[in-house]
Amino acid sequence: MPISHSPPAAVMAPAHLGEATHCPYCALQCGMNVRRDGDGAITITPRDDVPANAGALCQKGWTAGALLTGDARLTTPLARADRAARLEPVGYDEALDQVADRLRDLRERYGPDAVAVFGGGGLTNEKAYQLGKFARVALGTSQIDYNGRFCMSSAAAAAGRAFGLDRGLPFPITDIAAAEVVLMAGGNVAETMPPFMRHLKNTLIVVDPRETRTARQAALHLKITPGTDLALALGLLHIALTEGHADLGYIAARTAGFDAVRASVATWWPERAERVTGVPAAAMRRAVELLGGARTAMILTGRGAEQHAKGADTVTGFINLALALGLPGRPGSGYGCVTGQGNGQGGREHGQKADQLPGYRRIDDPAARAHVAGVWGVDPADLPGPGRSAYELLDALGTPGGPRALLVFGSNPVVSAPRARHIAGRLAALDLLVVADVVLSETAALADVVLPVTQWAEEHGTMTNLEGRVLLRRRAVDPPPGVRGDLAVMAGLAARLGHGAKFSADPGIVFDELRRASAGGPADYSGITYERIAAETGVFWPAPAGGHPGTPRPFLDRFPTPDGRARFVPVGHRPPAEEVDDDYPYYLTTGRVLAQYQSGAQTRRIAALNEAAPETFVEMHPDLAARLGVTVGDPVRITSRRGSTEAAARVTPAIRHDTVFMPFHWEGANHLTNPALDPLSRMPEFKVCAVHLARGGPAAGPGRERAA
Amino acid sequence: MRLVVIGNGMAGARLVDEVRARDKDARVTVFGAETRAPYNRVLLSNVLAGTAAPDHVRLPEPAAGVSVRLGVTVTAIDRAARTVRTACGQVEPYDVLVLATGSEPFLPPVPGVEHAIAFRTMDDCVRILRRAGTAEAAVVIGGGLLGVEAARGLAGRGMPVTLLHLAGHLMDRQLDAEAGLVLGEALAGLGVTVRTGADVTAVRADGVELGGGELLPAGLVVLACGVRPVVGLAREAGLAVDRGVVVDDRLRTSDPAVYAIGECAQHDGRVYGLVAPAWEQAVVVADLVTGADPAARYRGSRLVTRLKARSVELAAMGETHLTEDAAGQVEVVRFTHRARGIYRKLVIRDDRLVGAILLGEAPTVGTLTQLFDRGGPLPGDPAGLLFPGLSAATPADSPVRMPDSARVCECNNVTKGRIRACWEDGARDLAAVTARTRATTGCGSCRDAVEGIIGWLCEQEEVHA
Repeated sequence: MPISHSPPAAVMAPAHLGEATHCPYCALQCGMNVRRDGDGAITITPRDDVPANAGALCQKGWTAGALLTGDARLTTPLARADRAARLEPVGYDEALDQVADRLRDLRERYGPDAVAVFGGGGLTNEKAYQLGKFARVALGTSQIDYNGRFCMSSAAAAAGRAFGLDRGLPFPITDIAAAEVVLMAGGNVAETMPPFMRHLKNTLIVVDPRETRTARQAALHLKITPGTDLALALGLLHIALTEGHADLGYIAARTAGFDAVRASVATWWPERAERVTGVPAAAMRRAVELLGGARTAMILTGRGAEQHAKGADTVTGFINLALALGLPGRPGSGYGCVTGQGNGQGGREHGQKADQLPGYRRIDDPAARAHVAGVWGVDPADLPGPGRSAYELLDALGTPGGPRALLVFGSNPVVSAPRARHIAGRLAALDLLVVADVVLSETAALADVVLPVTQWAEEHGTMTNLEGRVLLRRRAVDPPPGVRGDLAVMAGLAARLGHGAKFSADPGIVFDELRRASAGGPADYSGITYERIAAETGVFWPAPAGGHPGTPRPFLDRFPTPDGRARFVPVGHRPPAEEVDDDYPYYLTTGRVLAQYQSGAQTRRIAALNEAAPETFVEMHPDLAARLGVTVGDPVRITSRRGSTEAAARVTPAIRHDTVFMPFHWEGANHLTNPALDPLSRMPEFKVCAVHLARGGPAAGPGRERAA
Repeated sequence: MRLVVIGNGMAGARLVDEVRARDKDARVTVFGAETRAPYNRVLLSNVLAGTAAPDHVRLPEPAAGVSVRLGVTVTAIDRAARTVRTACGQVEPYDVLVLATGSEPFLPPVPGVEHAIAFRTMDDCVRILRRAGTAEAAVVIGGGLLGVEAARGLAGRGMPVTLLHLAGHLMDRQLDAEAGLVLGEALAGLGVTVRTGADVTAVRADGVELGGGELLPAGLVVLACGVRPVVGLAREAGLAVDRGVVVDDRLRTSDPAVYAIGECAQHDGRVYGLVAPAWEQAVVVADLVTGADPAARYRGSRLVTRLKARSVELAAMGETHLTEDAAGQVEVVRFTHRARGIYRKLVIRDDRLVGAILLGEAPTVGTLTQLFDRGGPLPGDPAGLLFPGLSAATPADSPVRMPDSARVCECNNVTKGRIRACWEDGARDLAAVTARTRATTGCGSCRDAVEGIIGWLCEQEEVHA
């Protein structure tokens, strides 16, 4: 295989600082120049050579420099003598020694699966890859998964089953402007990735329980009942078929399984779907007329449709609709998932997922095991099998038979996992919790050992954005003294565990190995080099070695299934895992606001962002607020079967009468959410659960009247 | 468990699916009198209207292992032996028997009724369409839900249609008189001549005779005069039968081994003629007979009637006939705009929606249906439920009149006040304001608003200069 083994020194030598890099946050990976001026101040300017943002940035991007200069930055490892003790500064090598000793001890006493690893969708491809290898080779554990399981795993499962390949957008983002009509199911890109809106130039249809900023710019907003997106997809497909919008030529030439799906949606006439979804049948007909009447159209899904215990089937429902309309694999048309996390795409390709090996290979595939074991220089028989999915892994921590140690990289599950109080309890039950992070996140604060690591503009590496375009993250500034890269942490621990020769702290060397490990897999990076990415401003995978130009549109001629056809898969609607009832009469749905990101570990430490979005809130309809007797800013107690929290009321007619919304960037929302899992993707049901609402605050209840 | 289901329609087929989803090993035999595989009867109106092809309304194939006997009529039930006997003499044993025999069209007792085609099955549908191909005009007898759908569908095929209804207004079971009138006007606009209070005295090969001797010529006469439950088998087997086969909250008949669901069943005094209750009942029976949920019970259904007729939007639910009472316990909210075919009525009791009619364009139909289904409390001012714009806040004011604290650029948290301050500080065009505030650099949608504010500030300066 013609792959260079020598690291491309000119691009990656630490001494060579490049200003042109990408934003630390979402999957759009906006291009930006980062420069440290003589006085130490950071200047950020948008790049106009990156198609995803083409000169635009949102407030998060503009203010990201504060991540590099802020006081909250961890610069020295911390450790505590025991759980009752405080975290105290400790030397880096001493910290790694301590961790390695305890890991060795736990492994000896309880076996390799006593040690678990939890990764993140924000890690570079190099880190995600090496983390998977570190777990399987240095630790020998099957217990590794990551927070991407909470992100787009449902879309990944559905796309894999339909197309034989999961690449979020199987077309360049600039193709979206060529679509006459775009249907966005459960995505609020105007807040979550604002520059994305610049690509939505034509007719937009939005499916969302809230009239979000994105929905306000739509020609048609389908204000759906939480948890019923699948019924909507079935109803839309029913209409498409009965009103003659099916592209029968395309269906015959490019797909398989249509008859079973047609029969399965016969029972979803629009008036039935209306009763389930609350979306008027006339609005559904209008949506299908728009989609079916357009020469080019796209159907995109976001977390709103995906984060359900039936998320994979819901996405399949929308893919079935796209296939019936003849969209996937046609220029200017198609289905795509709008990936969320910065490296949500690359992070799901290279082996930090419980069931996966690099190159988007399956860990239970003997050929994949043999190939990857060959690259790693180990016996395939020594590679562990599939482990637990993210929530199941966290839920098992410290239980009999469950892991007794957890290493966390780039994730903050105390805030981001469903039923988060329970998860905090599981973390507390561990013998050892180690967290590598940039700041003292809520999860890091619970750790026995905290390892400060480098971040975006301080390191090299590759990120794969929502288009499947592999991008180069450049080291634009020097990291503060005393921190190490995640790769160095893994390599340091591996060395202490007797596997030092197999791990590197150098991203260029790791990427080179990733290329070989991914070669021949669905996500083949073997033809991608740092130089090429720099020269071409990104390369679309698959890009096998040997002069392959990369693959902007992988489905144009055939789908990567055994027969080249996309698969229709019949799916059936079912209600949310938890329906509203007399005790918990309202739906809670969760999501993001513009000025914060994920668990807020980064953004909640930036003054400008806190000014824009200072605290959590619960958004509700004025009628509901009136019924609760609360007005704007009043405290509201929100209680589910899993926990209770308080938030200030935000009152707006933009939300359904029966639904409240909470952002998940602060602790609280996920104390309430339901960990019911999708059977295929193992995605928890973040987007709908049943809650009880009451006026909150210390003065709540009868005493308040007396006091007033 | 050996489960035998008599009836392969919407209820029977759904029951089989639900049972197999819970118990893959259940031995299931289904007898269907029709020779066709089960189809979606709800969509027959669409087939009649030409918006669905006959083979597009097939129901999904039953799971492997289910024995389906198409065109086989069950002629007797031997409850003592727990067997059923078919027309061809075959005997099938059961542990659990479910009757899903549905209903049959009611044929009015008038001479010549055999010249008319009742609209009930796919075969009926095919016969109607065949005759519609040659007939110059059609008469539909019966102005209930199905008759209205049939008349609309045939009119959509371009033939003159007269819809005859005995009562004073169309769909009188679901609609009040005014709604019936507005519906008639809507249908008239679509080529259907509506005659209410029409007393049919005879059907002839060439048309329909009305009381008073008038003859309406028609080569096609369709009957949609309602249905009645098929209960003969049950009655002969000695099961308790009233209008339908009497069942309890478990959907059990007077014999605990025999259940009845769908249009042949009578629960709590009610016989349902819609598919949603039949499916709810199928779920309960499946839960019970497989043991998946021994506590499952059927408590009756809330009825939502939705007309499926192109260009006529109609939803009717609950107690639509109630009027305001003296005690003020019933509130009625009503809006009519006949010229546009709009009639909206809400019936409210104890702050709950207990009935509604929505005729014509109705953007709130989904919300109202769910409020009715769940019995949730209504908002203080129900007008917003008829006119969704009303309850919403006033739309964003023009950037010029908005307060300084209003956020103009959401993506970069830039208020009007900051733009004004920049302007006062010398930033007199978009590029200069953008450079200082980053406004417009995110999604880009505020560009017009920012330009508007700058332009307005410049104008103000000229005015005051």
